[in-house]
Amino acid sequence: MPKPRTMAKPGKILLEVEQLEVLFKTRDGVVRAVNKLDFSMVSGETLAIVGESGSGKSQTALAIMKLLAANGKARGSAKFYGRNLLEMTATEINEVRGEHIAMIFQDPTSSLNPYMTIEEQMLEILVRHRQMSRKDARLRALEMLTQVDIPDPERRIRQYPHEYSGGMQQRVLIAMGLLCQPELLIADEPTTALDVTVQDQIKRLMRELKEKSNTSILLITHDLGVVAGLADKVLVMYAGQLVECAPVDEIFYRPRHPYTAALLKAVPRLDHVGDYDMHPIPGNPPNLLNLPTGCPFRTRCAEAFDACHEMPVVREVTPGHSLRCHLDGGALK
Amino acid sequence: MNQPCKPILRVQDLHVYYPVETGTMFHRQTTMLKALNGVSFEMAPGESLGIVGESGCGKSTLARAILGLQQPTRGRVLWQCEPLHEMSADTLREKRKELQIIFQDPVASLNPRMKIGEIIAEPLRNFYPRMEKVQIEERVKGMMQMVGLLPNLLNRYPHEFSGGQCQRVGIARALILNPKLVVCDEPVSSLDVSIQAQIVNLLKDLQKKLSLSLIFIAHDLSVVKSISERVMVMYLGRVMELAPREEIYTQPRHPYTSDLMRAVPIPDPEVERNKMDILTYGDTPSPMDPPSGCSFRTRCPWARDRCAADVPILRRLGGEGRVACHYADEIDLQER
Repeated sequence: MPKPRTMAKPGKILLEVEQLEVLFKTRDGVVRAVNKLDFSMVSGETLAIVGESGSGKSQTALAIMKLLAANGKARGSAKFYGRNLLEMTATEINEVRGEHIAMIFQDPTSSLNPYMTIEEQMLEILVRHRQMSRKDARLRALEMLTQVDIPDPERRIRQYPHEYSGGMQQRVLIAMGLLCQPELLIADEPTTALDVTVQDQIKRLMRELKEKSNTSILLITHDLGVVAGLADKVLVMYAGQLVECAPVDEIFYRPRHPYTAALLKAVPRLDHVGDYDMHPIPGNPPNLLNLPTGCPFRTRCAEAFDACHEMPVVREVTPGHSLRCHLDGGALK
Repeated sequence: MNQPCKPILRVQDLHVYYPVETGTMFHRQTTMLKALNGVSFEMAPGESLGIVGESGCGKSTLARAILGLQQPTRGRVLWQCEPLHEMSADTLREKRKELQIIFQDPVASLNPRMKIGEIIAEPLRNFYPRMEKVQIEERVKGMMQMVGLLPNLLNRYPHEFSGGQCQRVGIARALILNPKLVVCDEPVSSLDVSIQAQIVNLLKDLQKKLSLSLIFIAHDLSVVKSISERVMVMYLGRVMELAPREEIYTQPRHPYTSDLMRAVPIPDPEVERNKMDILTYGDTPSPMDPPSGCSFRTRCPWARDRCAADVPILRRLGGEGRVACHYADEIDLQER
């Protein structure tokens, strides 16, 4: 039976990103990885940022967490409960990280310290952020491991990361991320490095946590299948810019931007019986050092026309659905 | 299978074991990691076969063995009726022209210090050292055109290319010797979705145009759907199911194939929302210590006593396809 859509609870604004820019100084010039990005999240909401490599989705997340590489610089603002994360000092941001915003990464193996047992790595967080005694921290850690379905946590907690499979490592990272019950969990491609059946389990686990704990999730991914199963709202990025942002059903059933529509068509579909065709997007991904004038997608866009030589502005086409395109997209399929 | 033409490739009861050192410093033990544990199949000329399985299923070892890059522990690979691993080094070298590979990481598989033109020409230089420069250049340019690269990019270096373009270079390099069989080992896994479809379509076109036999290895069933006439599903070094795509995608017969199908997320929120059923797949056992009998039984909800005792053999069930499951004709995979 179809379940009723869980609407994002009308919460207060948790994260508000305005005019976010991420610039990298490279030998070949300044690369603008994220370009004047605006978005916001209310508490309890899951926002998926979707895009291909070089779209700026990961750099957005890293900028919010103040984790940019040394040659990178973020401008604009990212307000978390009204406080601009980008202007925080190292001490201040360290208080926010782990305690209020947690982050999990694509490759679970390289995110865990190979020389420390899972127990040491988990307890460290609670002792530091929650000033818990080791005994209490251990109980809380075991409780979290149980929640993410680690079998036999009493024994497992004493093991080292290499004794875990990739899927279990990712579960441990999710458990670690949620130890302090953060308001926001940033998950950067959490399923990409895993086998399909393991991916599915991590996806189910995240959905369960989302429903149980009311944690907001900022999901960064290129996998539209994962987005369909987890997100409330979707932001599509291309060449560092927002091209479309709307509730999940709008994006999947009524995409307005030619790029969104083309991306949806490009995904091979197991559920389309007898359809053996693939629908690529022509051309190459954009080179951020050498973007076309105007709309960066125009060179690959089937709908492009003269006006596309000028950059379209982001506008709201219907309430809650914003679009950066000269066409209104109503007719696009 | 009543194929009129004789198979171009025949893999017979192939086993590949890797010795692995285990134990503590003073009690060294050598355990055998059974990467391939009795794999048999054949391919007709011009056929495309998809090989799917998760990490550790042996799909890359199989690719290496088919190309003669890995000595089998037991069993053999017959290339045009000749056992590949019993050939002399000289004969094998000759056969290498007919057997080519395309790798997963398109950027890492190209030498960063060589120009694109040199990379594509290298196989020609190796195998036809006396070929004229002009002729080589002509062949390289023709090949670049064929894979959708502008011939004037000849003097560029790999770092100037995107991942998709690098993979086109990899394809050109593999095809320049006019091979009969091309093994593609996860050729699109590291590419963006929009580019994946480009590369798959390109390989599909080239396969038809050049009547290539093509093996396309992937870790999920959705990618091979478009390009493979037959699909082989592997698990822990064994073949679980081998069937024409019309059968495997509409009616998978092995519980593992069914798991692989369910696990692929569908980019449709309605479909995903209705997939709320609790489903656990279990963890894959170590290939150093695979379960007795059916290797999938520890993850299979239908496993019974017999599954621990006997190894199921690939058998036909009505259709063209074959499945290695004792109970494939009794169980209802939808019931899960």
